[in-house]
Amino acid sequence: MRIHCPCCGARPVDEFTYLGDATPQRPAADAGLSAWHDYVYQRDNPRGPHHEYWQHAGGCRAWLVVHRDTATHEILEVTAAREWRARQA
Amino acid sequence: MKYSLAKLVAQTLGGHRGWTRAWRDPEPKPHYDVVIIGGGGHGLATAFYLARVHGVRNVAVLEKGYIGGGNAGRNTTIVRSNYLLEGNEPFYEFSLKLWEGLERELNFNVMMSQRGVINLFHSDAQRDAFVRRGNAMLMHGADAVLLDREQLRAMVPGIDFDNARFPVRGALMQPRGGTARHDAVVWGYARGADARGVDIIQNCEVTGIRVEDGAVTGVDTGRGFIGAGKVGMAVAGHSSRVAAMAGLRLPVESHLLQAFVTEGLKPLVDRVVTFGAGHFYISQSDKGGLVLGGDLDGYNSYAQRGNLPMVEHVMECGMAMMPMLGRLRILRHWGGVMDMSMDGSPIIDKTPVRNLFLNTGWCYGGFKATPASGWCFAHTIARGEPHALNAAYRLDRFLSGRVIDERGGGPRPNVH
Repeated sequence: MRIHCPCCGARPVDEFTYLGDATPQRPAADAGLSAWHDYVYQRDNPRGPHHEYWQHAGGCRAWLVVHRDTATHEILEVTAAREWRARQA
Repeated sequence: MKYSLAKLVAQTLGGHRGWTRAWRDPEPKPHYDVVIIGGGGHGLATAFYLARVHGVRNVAVLEKGYIGGGNAGRNTTIVRSNYLLEGNEPFYEFSLKLWEGLERELNFNVMMSQRGVINLFHSDAQRDAFVRRGNAMLMHGADAVLLDREQLRAMVPGIDFDNARFPVRGALMQPRGGTARHDAVVWGYARGADARGVDIIQNCEVTGIRVEDGAVTGVDTGRGFIGAGKVGMAVAGHSSRVAAMAGLRLPVESHLLQAFVTEGLKPLVDRVVTFGAGHFYISQSDKGGLVLGGDLDGYNSYAQRGNLPMVEHVMECGMAMMPMLGRLRILRHWGGVMDMSMDGSPIIDKTPVRNLFLNTGWCYGGFKATPASGWCFAHTIARGEPHALNAAYRLDRFLSGRVIDERGGGPRPNVH
């Protein structure tokens, strides 16, 4: 698996560290137990395209959102995390 | 057909032409008292104990592929009960006791081999942690022995005791731990369940779960609708997808674990040995191949195949522990999908949907749990309430704060 870092180009996957699903939105501090439980513990865990946080820890250290198919490992799109969050808002 | 030495002799004299199939291949009936989704070890064990212990015989096990073709055929066959925490150790020790009687129970040779599981330690702090774990095991009626370097040297050849970075100080051993033949376990449970009236239906993928007024009424499958009084899900790495059919969202991520087998060797490692300075374990199969594995690849995946960086990492761990492995060739390697829960412990429980039950979150420790998982899941389905042994494995424990975090890794599935 190779990830195309927007700063560094296509790099092998072992230069990157994985955080996980990028879609859960951090609730407000006073949102209540149920909202926080869902944010911390519950996952959609799809078989197919998945937005996920990766960091190019062995390279430019940028945080990325990788759109990757969990059934085939095909990488559909890589965006800087900040840009992706802005696009969601 | 009951298997015995006399039967084997008679069949040998008859040219082995009289063996019958081990279980039937029935057409699905329109309705069952209980439908189990997933014909892996856990699902088949559940059906077996439903029939044997609870007298519930109108049961179907639905398997999307064939028996032994999923994670039952993708694990590294290790059986042990060396856990620390209150919610875990009694469950796994009960499972090991069921393993010890399994061949008699099933009238099937599962090649249970109690060769001992040895966990190496490399520092004073790690020794302290292993002593604590060993004491917890002893207090729960399991067995544990602390080995010093000389005892260990006599048991396992080839370990690099004086590795500059990870010198081996000793080991915690569970003598009753060992290995069992993974295929034989599912075949044995399938045969035993079938003999008690359970229908085992292969090539029958569940495509939907029907819920009316908050209660499950049956499942849609590739072979039509099958009605059910109760439905149990035991689908390992695919739990999130199947649970979503009933509108449930789970505290689970699907991850990828690779395993490896070397070319066949003369007997070399006659125990199960795990490295303490990295995630690596090794045993030798009866065919002579060394069976080894290590960490998850670390990212969500349903692909059933891994990537090369983890292959390199596992081999590096192996070389650090047993440098002689460098002379061997890897013959086969594969990947399986693990249902990684958020605290590293499983879930065997009711769900918010009435008459729908859930068995998931086995991470990469499901094989050893097969008998107790089936036993407890059968109890939970038959009685509608968990057994004392799986009382801690609740679906709502993340909300109530009663997580069972054996590793202390926090809510990160890829670190457990």
